[in-house]
Amino acid sequence: MLFKKAADLLSREVTGKDLYLNRRKFLAGAAGAGAAALAGERLYRVLAPAEVVRAGMKLDTVKQADFAGGEKETPYKDVTNYNNFYEFGTDKYNPASEAPKYLHPRPWSVAVEGLVKQPKTYDVDSLLKMFPLEERIYRHRCVEGWSMVIPWLGFPLGDFLRRVEPASKARFVEFTTLYDPKQMPGQNTRVLDWPYVEGLRLDEAMHPLTLLTFGLYGETLPNQNGAPIRLVIPWKYGFKSIKSVVRIRLVASQPATTWNRAAPNEYGFYSNVNPDVDHPRWSQARERRIGEFYKRKTLMFNGYADQVARLYNGMDLRKYF
Amino acid sequence: MIRRVWKPAVFAACLLPLANLGWKGWKGELGANPIEVITHSTGLWTLIFLLVTLTVTPARKLLAMPWLIRFRRMLGLFAFFYGCLHLLTYVWLDKFFDLHDMVKDIAKRPFITVGFAGFGLLVPLAVTSTRKMIQRLGGMRWRWLHRLIYLSAMAGVVHFYWQVKKDVTRPLYYAGVLALLLGYRIAAYLVPKLTWHVVAQPAPAPSVERET
Repeated sequence: MLFKKAADLLSREVTGKDLYLNRRKFLAGAAGAGAAALAGERLYRVLAPAEVVRAGMKLDTVKQADFAGGEKETPYKDVTNYNNFYEFGTDKYNPASEAPKYLHPRPWSVAVEGLVKQPKTYDVDSLLKMFPLEERIYRHRCVEGWSMVIPWLGFPLGDFLRRVEPASKARFVEFTTLYDPKQMPGQNTRVLDWPYVEGLRLDEAMHPLTLLTFGLYGETLPNQNGAPIRLVIPWKYGFKSIKSVVRIRLVASQPATTWNRAAPNEYGFYSNVNPDVDHPRWSQARERRIGEFYKRKTLMFNGYADQVARLYNGMDLRKYF
Repeated sequence: MIRRVWKPAVFAACLLPLANLGWKGWKGELGANPIEVITHSTGLWTLIFLLVTLTVTPARKLLAMPWLIRFRRMLGLFAFFYGCLHLLTYVWLDKFFDLHDMVKDIAKRPFITVGFAGFGLLVPLAVTSTRKMIQRLGGMRWRWLHRLIYLSAMAGVVHFYWQVKKDVTRPLYYAGVLALLLGYRIAAYLVPKLTWHVVAQPAPAPSVERET
């Protein structure tokens, strides 16, 4: 199953181009023609270009892919109520209660800066329409030892990065979350060094599994899940998948990331899911899937080893944890 | 009055945290990760009962309420009771009775090690909590033995502190309360006059459990 999906993934670019060429037809509402071109793919209602996008609004996807080996999706209620998003408090239920009250995900702009040929600030709605959205069901593993299966909506970050053309010196990508204590009251505390910063090596950022994400369960992201735009990197611990992004910067050297700075011995820059490398204070060998009674064995690279292990060939994963 | 009314009332109140968990569990209101809630809640109540138990002596002396001593054993045993539940959630719902895994955990993870130590220290206290055991040990030795609760509470706070990912506000709050309670004892030892004059009877002799 996973192998099949891996192959599907690698041929993704072909499909993407196909879709890309057809996007005007899609946007014009010629759904029938589009669907015919995409034989077998499920097609949702097509978003009219003029339509205003709101939180909790239905999003259209051109294809669906299960990257979780057919595992059962975690209920929407749990996905949207049990969150770590310290910008709204350190309790798991703080984001669901606070984020809807404070965060305004529209209008929202995302600045693309640094070592790129096309630096530009994008409105999130124009970003959202830049490539066809896909629904991807990914496993999501938190560094704390729990996990979920979540149907995300987005497109590969790599597609977007190719569009802005990284300069040849660019080796890493740095992502920054909004800093605004009025919208993110948790930033009034010093629990972390704000704003939240995450980073990826450029090849990790370009990997087709890395998803620039706008929605989940068929709708725009709820505020507590990182509205309006976040990253999902399914083979890394959840905190790498930065939420509510306002800046994407291409840089030459490894960025200083928030959790790594907070506790360098506990949270590495890579933070790949790895059952053999324990957190200094707890084991990572097993995880509790939300909704399940027994614990599961944690999979190497969260089950995406076939797709991503090659990125780390020759690296000592104990050293580069 | 204390025996007939207050003791049963306090006993019932001490069961409320468990009843609350049970009720919410029954109604399915423990959230996305019920086992985590049960683990954290039983652990927290263990620590709270330890701290409440340690409050009895300062309170009875500073507030001149000597009769408070008659609740101390019950409160201490409730700390042990919630500690047992906490341990059970770990052994059962976290490790599923995998002995090998648990031994590895205790050896490798300081926060588990210290948690186990904190619980282990409570066992002799629970065992020697009966009047017969007090008499067998003799008041003086019994009192020395039961000072293990200081170590157990410290272990509890450290266990809490090390378990938290980043936001240590709450563990620090409990550490502060414990520091006050232990600080009182140091002060009382160094400057007996300051605190011991409040009540005529100085020693929290175990014999006060007798209903007179």
